[in-house]
Amino acid sequence: MPQSLVQIRGLKKSFGSLRVLDGIDLDVAKGEAVCVIGPSGSGKTTLLRCINLLEPYDQGSIKVDGTEIGYEEGGSTRKRRSERALAPIRADIGMVFQLFNLFPHLTALENVMLGLTKVRGISKAEAKDRAGHWLNRVGLSDKLQSLPSQLSGGQQQRVGIARAVAMGPKVLLLDEITSALDPELVGEVLSVVQGLARDGMTMIVVTHEMTFARDVGSRIIFMDEGRVVIDGPSRDVLANASQNERLKSFLARIEMKH
Amino acid sequence: MTYHFNFNFVWRYADKLYWGLVLSLEIALISILIGMVIGLSLALAYTGGNRWIRSAIAAYVEFIRNVPLLLLVYLVFYGIPSAGGFAYDALTSFIATLALYSGAYLVEVFRAGLDAIPKGLIDAGKAVGLTPWQRFIHVRMPTMFRIVLPSLSNVYVSLFKDTSLAYVIAVPELTYGANWIKTNTFRVIEVWIVVWPMYLATCYALIYALRLLERRFSLVRR
Amino acid sequence: MIAYVMGVLPFLWQGLLVTLTVSALVVASSLVTGILCGIGLVYGRWWIAWPIRIYSDILRGTPLIVLIFLIIYGLPLLGVDFGNYGSAVIALTAFKTAHVAEIARGAIQSIHFGQTDAGKAIGLTFRQRLQYVILPQAVRRFLPPWINAVADAVKGSALVSLAGIVDLTLAVQQVIGRTYDPLPMYLLGAAMYFIINYSLSLTSRRLEARFAYIRE
Repeated sequence: MPQSLVQIRGLKKSFGSLRVLDGIDLDVAKGEAVCVIGPSGSGKTTLLRCINLLEPYDQGSIKVDGTEIGYEEGGSTRKRRSERALAPIRADIGMVFQLFNLFPHLTALENVMLGLTKVRGISKAEAKDRAGHWLNRVGLSDKLQSLPSQLSGGQQQRVGIARAVAMGPKVLLLDEITSALDPELVGEVLSVVQGLARDGMTMIVVTHEMTFARDVGSRIIFMDEGRVVIDGPSRDVLANASQNERLKSFLARIEMKH
Repeated sequence: MTYHFNFNFVWRYADKLYWGLVLSLEIALISILIGMVIGLSLALAYTGGNRWIRSAIAAYVEFIRNVPLLLLVYLVFYGIPSAGGFAYDALTSFIATLALYSGAYLVEVFRAGLDAIPKGLIDAGKAVGLTPWQRFIHVRMPTMFRIVLPSLSNVYVSLFKDTSLAYVIAVPELTYGANWIKTNTFRVIEVWIVVWPMYLATCYALIYALRLLERRFSLVRR
Repeated sequence: MIAYVMGVLPFLWQGLLVTLTVSALVVASSLVTGILCGIGLVYGRWWIAWPIRIYSDILRGTPLIVLIFLIIYGLPLLGVDFGNYGSAVIALTAFKTAHVAEIARGAIQSIHFGQTDAGKAIGLTFRQRLQYVILPQAVRRFLPPWINAVADAVKGSALVSLAGIVDLTLAVQQVIGRTYDPLPMYLLGAAMYFIINYSLSLTSRRLEARFAYIRE
C-alpha cells in the first residue's frame, strides 16, 4: 500500500469538557476525494479545521505528506509549532470555507493573488496570470475586478475555490461549501469541485449534499459523536445504509430537509 | 539628590480632600440631574419640533460639544456676568456649566433612546386604550430610561472626572483641595500621589455600582 | 470694536498655533502608540495584554488635569525634566494613547474571525495577516471614532493653559487680563475652537456615512 498523503492517528480534541473528536484514524491517498458526512455536532468541521491547525488538537497525530502538522517532531515533549513555522505548512493545504471568507476589500483577482505574491513570492505579473487562469477555470473570467460584495454567493464561493487551488495545495479541504448558498447556486459550485476531483486533486469534503458524496467522492466517511462510524467506497456505503441504524436515521433526516 | 517624601501634611489636611471628594460627587450628581431635564426636554422638542426648533437645538449641541469645557467654565463664570451686570457664586456657575454641558450630550442620548423604543410597544399601549399622556408616562419613559441607563452612567462617571476643572474658579472640590494643600505646604507630589488614587478608586466604585443598577433595571434578565 | 479685535488677533493667532502644535504632536504620537497597544490588547499574550489593559483602565479613570500635574511634578523626581511644555504633551499623549488603543481594539475585533482563518489558510504569517487582511478592513471602523478623538485632543489641549503654556485658551485669558472685557474674547476663542472641531466632526460623520454604505 502506498504511503497515504494525509495520515491521521488517534486524534482527540475537546472544547472544555465536551469531547468533539474522540480518537479519529483516517488515511487519504493521493488523488482521492473523501466525503465526510454526519449530523451536526459530530465533529466533521472540527476535524477539517485541525488538519491545517485552525484548531489545535489535544492528542494524536496528523501528517500531511509525511510532515506532522501541529507539533514539532523529535524529542519527548510535544512542542506546538510557532505561527511562523505553521504558515508555509498551511500554504500547502488549501481550505474553502462555508461562509466564503473572501477578503472584502480586495477584488476577485487580488483575493487569489494575495497568497501567490506574499506567501509563494511569485512576481506580480506571473501571479496575475495564474490567478486569472484559475478564475477563468471556475468560470469567472469576466469578474476579475469585482469586489466580493458585487458577486453572488455562488460566484464568491468559486473565487474562494480559486484562491485555495491557485496556491497549488497538496490537499484541499472543503468545509460545507454549499450550505450557505441558495439552492439554485449550489450546482455551479459543485461542478467546479467535480472538475477538480476529475483532475486528481486530493480532497477532503465535508458536505450535506448526498448526490455529491455519491458522484464525486470515491469514499465516504460517516462520523458521529466524534468518531468515524463507517468508512468505505461511496456506492457501498450508500447501498448498505439500511444496515446501520445511525446512518439510516441521518440520511432520513437529510431527505426530509430537501 | 534624592527627594524625601513627606505625607504628614497631606494627612493633616485630609479632611479637605475628603470633603472635596464629596463635593465633586455632589456637583456631578446635581449637574446630571439638571442635564437630564435639559436633555430630555430638548430631545422631545427635537422629535416634535419644526425646522427652527431643530436648528436651534442642534446649534446648542454642536456649540457645547466643540468647545473645550475649560473655556465654557470661564465663559459662564467670567463672561456672562460681566455682560449682564450680575454675579453668581462659583459653585452655582460651575454646576450651571456642567449641566449645560451634560445636557448637550444627553440630548443625543435621549434622542437615540426614544428612537430605540420598539414601535410595537407603543401600538400595544394604544391597543389597551392608554391615552397619549399615559403612554408617555407608563410606556415610553420607563422603556427609554432602561435603554439609556448605560449611557447615563458613562456620562455620570465622566462628569465626575470633569468636576476636577472646578478648581480653576476656586470651587472647593477635590482638585481644589489638592491645590490648596500644595500651595500651603509645598508637598506637591505627595498630594497628587494621594489624590490620584482617590479619583481612580471613586471612578471604578461608581462604575461598579452603576453596573449593578443597570443590571437591576435591565430589560433582559439573566 | 473691529479695531480692537484686529489688535489682539496676532496674539490669539500665536496661541492658536501653540494649540494646533500641541494637538498635532499628541495626535501623531498617540496614533502610533495607541494602535500598537490596540494590537497588543487583541493579539498579545497575557503578559502583553494585561499591562496594556491595566494601563488603559487607569488612564481612562484619571481626570486629565490630574494626570498633567502628576507628570509635570512627578517626572522631575524620576530624574527627567522636559519642562512644562514637554510634560504636558507627554501627559496628553499618554491619555490619548489609552483612548486610541480602545478604538483600535474595537475596530480590529469588528473584523469577522473568518478573515483570520482565510488568511491563515493561504499561509499568511501573523504580520502579513495584519498588514494585508485585518488592518485595511479595520481602518474603516477606526477612522470615524478616531477623528472624534482628534477633536477631543484639541479640546483637551486647552488644559495645558493651566500649566502656564500660552495656548489659545491662555492667550484669550491674557488679553482679557489687559482689557477687562471678558465676554467677546471668550466668544471669539470659543469660535476658533468651534471651527476646528466642528469641521473634524463633520469629516467624521461623512466618513461614517460613506463606510456604512460600503459595508453593504
